[in-house]
Amino acid sequence: MKELTATGTTVDDAINQALQELEVRKEDVDVRIIDEGKRGFLGIFGARPAIVRVTVKIDPVEETKKYLTKVCKEMGIDIKIDTSIEGRYVYYTLTSNQAGLLIGKRGQTLNALQTLSQLVINKYSDKHRIVRLDTENYRKKREESLIRLANRIANRVAREQKKYSLEPMPSFERKIIHNALAGHNKVTTYSEGSEPNRYIVISPK
Amino acid sequence: MKSLIKTIVEPLVDFPEDVQIDVKEDERRIIYKLAVNKEDVGKVIGKQGRVAKAIRTVVYAHARTTEKKRVILEISE
Repeated sequence: MKELTATGTTVDDAINQALQELEVRKEDVDVRIIDEGKRGFLGIFGARPAIVRVTVKIDPVEETKKYLTKVCKEMGIDIKIDTSIEGRYVYYTLTSNQAGLLIGKRGQTLNALQTLSQLVINKYSDKHRIVRLDTENYRKKREESLIRLANRIANRVAREQKKYSLEPMPSFERKIIHNALAGHNKVTTYSEGSEPNRYIVISPK
Repeated sequence: MKSLIKTIVEPLVDFPEDVQIDVKEDERRIIYKLAVNKEDVGKVIGKQGRVAKAIRTVVYAHARTTEKKRVILEISE
């Protein structure tokens, strides 16, 4: 954490001093006044300088972006990140020439990075935030293939009248399948097992 | 690999200076032993091992592309 103690003839003076040194704006820092100072007689006798302690506030969204960049770099992947914020959701869209490595088998690497980033952002954020990572439109493609899978298995379950368990998936992927089959008249869906190995069961109605 | 593990773990804990990684290697595998401050153990393991699983997923993904031997990440106090 970047912080600095600065002095000046007045409190404002000391703060400006610190801002200049840290090269940040006033809204980016927390200020604690250590001594308000005293002007003294004619500005000479009994004068005491003002002292402030200035701490640069950490921007959770930026900090998480840095975290992702560093972790990927250590994995040997150079990435570019676009950020967008909607309410408590923070979306990071990653661009790299090794998206396959970033995504991993069925998105497991991307999901792991998403879990870790969410921890980092909530370490610095005062309100709870949810991180969503995407690259190469993977989430949309995955959603489409999950819906296709759901319908295919649902038909089979309806035909054979035998329940079928899918492989473990994170909650946001299970939700896609529950939603896709919510209106189905021959099958029903529920989840079994405990996180992180919770999986969906499609069973005949 | 050690610096990847550090890069992942240090920002998650309250005592980054206590993050330690020991390496043990034999013919078949490399074992990385991750130790953190007692206060931070829960943070790197997480509810039902969710965080530990995420850390391992990233570490093993990297290991597959860089190491010939099997890589194991152990987490201890």
